[in-house]
Amino acid sequence: MDRFTWQSARTVAEAASAGKCTVAEAMRADTDADRVVMKAGGIDLLDLMKEGLLRPTRVINLRDIPGLDTITEDAAGTRIGALVTLEQLAAHSISRQRYTALADAAASSATPQIRHVATLGGNLLQRPRCWYFRSAAHHCARKGGEHCFAFAGENQYHAVFGHDGCAIVHPSTVATALVAFNARVELANAQGGTRTVALEAFLVGPEVDVTRETDLRAGEVMTAVLLPPMPAGVRSVFLKQAERLSSDWSIADVAVVLQRAADGRCQNVSVVLGAAAPVPWRAQKAEAALTGRLIDAAVANAAGEAAIAGAEPLRRNAYKLPILATLVRRAVLTAADVRETVP
Amino acid sequence: MPNADRTHSVTRRLFLRGTGATASGVALLADMHIAAAADEPPIVGPGAIPLTLTVNGRNQEVSVEPCMTLAEVLRGPLDLTGTKIGCDRGACSACTVWLDGAPVASCMLLAVDVGARAVTTIEGLAHGDTLHPVQEAFIAHDALQCGYCTPGMVMSCAALLERVPNPTADDVRAAIDGHLCRCGAYPHIVEAVLAVRKPGP
Ligand SMILES: Cc1cc2nc3c(=O)[nH]c(=O)nc-3n(C[C@H](O)[C@H](O)[C@H](O)COP(=O)(O)OP(=O)(O)OC[C@H]3O[C@@H](n4cnc5c(N)ncnc54)[C@H](O)[C@@H]3O)c2cc1C
Ligand code: SF4
Ligand code: FES
Ligand code: FES
Repeated sequence: MDRFTWQSARTVAEAASAGKCTVAEAMRADTDADRVVMKAGGIDLLDLMKEGLLRPTRVINLRDIPGLDTITEDAAGTRIGALVTLEQLAAHSISRQRYTALADAAASSATPQIRHVATLGGNLLQRPRCWYFRSAAHHCARKGGEHCFAFAGENQYHAVFGHDGCAIVHPSTVATALVAFNARVELANAQGGTRTVALEAFLVGPEVDVTRETDLRAGEVMTAVLLPPMPAGVRSVFLKQAERLSSDWSIADVAVVLQRAADGRCQNVSVVLGAAAPVPWRAQKAEAALTGRLIDAAVANAAGEAAIAGAEPLRRNAYKLPILATLVRRAVLTAADVRETVP
Repeated sequence: MPNADRTHSVTRRLFLRGTGATASGVALLADMHIAAAADEPPIVGPGAIPLTLTVNGRNQEVSVEPCMTLAEVLRGPLDLTGTKIGCDRGACSACTVWLDGAPVASCMLLAVDVGARAVTTIEGLAHGDTLHPVQEAFIAHDALQCGYCTPGMVMSCAALLERVPNPTADDVRAAIDGHLCRCGAYPHIVEAVLAVRKPGP
């Protein structure tokens, strides 16, 4: 790792005024930005720095800022501090009981060792895992180069939807669940202002800008993720498929949040696919196939098929489609408490 | 954050030692500079800075560059070579140590980021010649071949037993989820841990 200076911010304002650029900006080869970047758990930052992809001049430590590492709940919903670790998120009674899909997604991310250090804010802002992106030898479009190497290359872990010029899948596992819960993110700037934006709008696809995954602005500090209150009776399910049973990245994952009316019909539903697109991918056709229906095996099956309608698999990743459809079917049946019958 | 105050006092001490006449090892502090604005937090590095780490219950004074990981500092200046580095990317868990009792990957943690949190390494588990029960069980159950993954495995298994004195085989598998053992000693490792559990009432 190259050498850098270190500064521990004591307040959000100090961090925001010290932060000179986003990590995405600092990684662009053509950058003339002052490469002063923020660090939470430091897992993704160290990964990028060890690979020589990111060479910061100064690292601003966010971990000593008090008050950003708690999960609290009131009538307006739940507030998860940006420095809450994935381990806290997996174990906390609020996430376990009210936002089960989120707690399960956190528990299924990375290794226990990483979960004890990695933070929610850093997880949402980590850079993609595309192997060309992570290889210093490949100057791809996302790093400011000309080409995407994935379309003609090894693309078994790449996107099946929304790959407009770049086929990454969004790296954050918890983001699948958070989008399904309609989460918002809270961001503070150096002027003392804050804005909140829906996570679904904050995470941007390559059609918006191929060189960044989020709408984070230079100097902004993510302070919290905000979740709406969940009415009693809302059920949420997260399911993940990886190549190995032990710690591994998703090859496909799904979050379903389901609310039924008194007559048992599906009233409100979110179906979101992970590891499927450059952003967590809302399966609108699956949501439409469920809304207003009584859920049984046939309806759940139709939702699974609807979820993959319109997919554009690449040369080596069509195998993801039946997995995504199966995960959607199982998640819907589990959320609706319907036992799966073998067809 | 519970440790925030203590971490700040460490930072202030660095600041004072950097500016004050009492600083020892002045040469090492040569390129450590201080932020211009008086109210801005100090900027340290890129050269070595003095740090106090609490390792295996003892305060250790070390001089480290901000770009050094905890694993490098343990194995280098502190000569605690029980902690192994495999992948150096957080993916094999060979470098597992405890931070305030929780297993973490020391290769993905900067030493300057440790602050006042207590570090426990494999060297801190045994009491003199008396091995930790997990270490004894690893020997008795043949839970290692080359031994490279073993210090990390033992740290994760001992941490599990602190939290869950009577774990199931699945609990053990979850605790060593992130560990790679290229010799494939997994089944004996699970056996070893199950042999030291303390059945509840
Ligand atoms: C072996 C391994 C397996 C993994 N498996 C998974 C997995 O299955 N699923 C998954 O989702 N992830 C996985 N990861 C990735 C890991 O979860 C992320 O690297 C981690 O969550 C990043 O969080 P952090 O707090 O360490 O972020 P950092 O590295 O500190 O920061 C990441 C980015 O966010 C910025 N940042 C952080 N916090 C803030 C803030 N509050 N405000 C503004 N900017 C901020 C930083 O500037 C940086 O750009 C894995 C990692 C490893 C090493
Ligand atoms: S998929 Fe995106 S990140 Fe990967 S090579 Fe193509 S442009 Fe780069
Ligand atoms: S050496 Fe740290 S996880 Fe592999
Ligand atoms: S015993 Fe050889 S790597 Fe585990």
